Amino acid sequence: MSSKKTDRREFLKQGAALAGGAAVGAASQSASGQLAGPETFIQGSDDMVAYGSRSRFVTSKRIPHGGRHSPDTFGLDFHIATPLQEQHGVVTPSSLFYMGTTRGSYLPDIDPDKHRLMIHGLVDNPLVFTMEELKRLPSVTRMHFVECAGNRANSRMKNVQETHGMTSNAEWTGVLLSTLLEEAGVKDGGEWIVAEGVESVKGASTIPMTKAMDDTLLAYSMNGEPVRPQQGFPLRMLVPGFEGIFNVKWLRRIKVVDRYYMTYNDYGHLTQDPATAALGYQIGPKSVIVHPSGDMQLPGTGYYQVSGLAWSGGGKVARVEVTTDGGETWFDAEIRGEPQPFAHTLFAFDWEWDGSECELQSRCIDELGQIQPSRQQAQEFWNTPEGERLRVRGQDNSIQPWRVHSDGSVHNAII
Amino acid sequence: MAAFIMRLFKLSIPLFVIAGLTVEAQSPTKYGVGRTPTSAEITAWDISISPTGEELPEANGTADLGAQLFLEKGCAGCHGTNGTDGIAPRLVKRDVGVLDNPWDYGRILPIRSPFATTVWDYINRGMPLGAEGTLSASEVYSLTAYLLYLNGVITDDQMVVDQDTLPTIQMPNRDNWAQVPDWFPKEPRMKGYPY
Repeated sequence: MSSKKTDRREFLKQGAALAGGAAVGAASQSASGQLAGPETFIQGSDDMVAYGSRSRFVTSKRIPHGGRHSPDTFGLDFHIATPLQEQHGVVTPSSLFYMGTTRGSYLPDIDPDKHRLMIHGLVDNPLVFTMEELKRLPSVTRMHFVECAGNRANSRMKNVQETHGMTSNAEWTGVLLSTLLEEAGVKDGGEWIVAEGVESVKGASTIPMTKAMDDTLLAYSMNGEPVRPQQGFPLRMLVPGFEGIFNVKWLRRIKVVDRYYMTYNDYGHLTQDPATAALGYQIGPKSVIVHPSGDMQLPGTGYYQVSGLAWSGGGKVARVEVTTDGGETWFDAEIRGEPQPFAHTLFAFDWEWDGSECELQSRCIDELGQIQPSRQQAQEFWNTPEGERLRVRGQDNSIQPWRVHSDGSVHNAII
Repeated sequence: MAAFIMRLFKLSIPLFVIAGLTVEAQSPTKYGVGRTPTSAEITAWDISISPTGEELPEANGTADLGAQLFLEKGCAGCHGTNGTDGIAPRLVKRDVGVLDNPWDYGRILPIRSPFATTVWDYINRGMPLGAEGTLSASEVYSLTAYLLYLNGVITDDQMVVDQDTLPTIQMPNRDNWAQVPDWFPKEPRMKGYPY
């Protein structure tokens, strides 16, 4: 297999050399002082007909999150972070989408023709759907991020993949859960749903009916192709703006119930502190500067476009502000494109770097008026005692500071 | 054709009998897509267990039997012979006496969980690793009882734990956890919190 590939590459090189030499124009055309073209070409082949691949010069990849090996000893814990630093738009490629799950390295290998979704419990009409039937129903296509509760930056992390890589954003197509619940007819008292996946542990989460009926989406398509197995093929529930664990993958069953069910997933999310419970539910306004960010190197003084991603579990991003002096003065960043609810939103800011040491930060203000806090603001709000290690309650949405040293190197500035 | 038959079913009256299984009465749906599951199908699929245990199957077990099963079913292989020293998560609280706040026993399911039903449910759906779904209901009751016994939640290893008694077992954190807030669209995540 690999030797065949090597042979093929050699062949391509030779072919390219021939083509380069024999070509009338392309590579050698420099009559008007243009740069010479690439030295080699990739010849179209039967292999390239069916499924494309990225350039061999593009090597961005996911990494295990939090310094722990994935999969772990059992092959269970699988937390892998997306390389945000390689991304310039708002769509995370499906192959690089983050993943966080506790039985994740055992992916259900589901034949979509055999997959069924059942809706039952406190409904007038229990229903079972095939994938084909779900695709017959009215669909919606929406951009939504998903973010893991573990997307929590600390001072030991070096780059944006480590600090913020446990969130990703995709275009999802599917049927609204409200469409199916209206078909089934929710009975009085149906205040919650329990959604369950097919994986070995049959992970289930309890979700309020208000959210289920509002915008919860059962997606079969992601970024223009079927949802990938790591993301829940063939059917994944998206609970926009809620913490990652609620977005049940490999969805097979929805039971309408009259109370909080305290599933194992719910238990895992459990806390004693009402504020932490509230803040670990709907995600707050959040943003991060991606270019430049930790581990990057500015080649010299002059112009840079500072850009990054902003999102909120409260809905649309209304505004993003950027500071280059560690929070003394804030400027409005430009929002690129039309912000979508519960979706990564691109922002950019024109910056002239004069070569002095400085600190870049961004903060997101969402359509509800919620403001992304600095770590210090969160600490002050909760009266965290001096000297006690700060832990932002619930989903950590605090501001990420990046320090640019005078040599152009960029570092995580969390203390 | 199948859809046509389904539609006929949906328009017809109260009860149908298909292959000996009773199907509940249907009211028409807007799209007429999807089919009605049989009650047997629903029962087979429905592994949810509520905190009050309505769905629990009729069966029973004891901690005494659970101690045997813990070894026989391979639990000890990953969780350690005593449930304390394996490579899998610890299942028994540390020897710290009785704490004022049971939350401080740590993230150990059979002591922290507010409801014993969650322990039953997790063993039933998720254990043993790689052989999920192979335990009988009685075995799940016995293993649940054993873990509760090891943590001092129940003190009699002969206590019969079944669909009626399991939900009544008083877990130390029964009322010692924070409810998630009522959720409504377009509202900040917590009143009075600007961030």
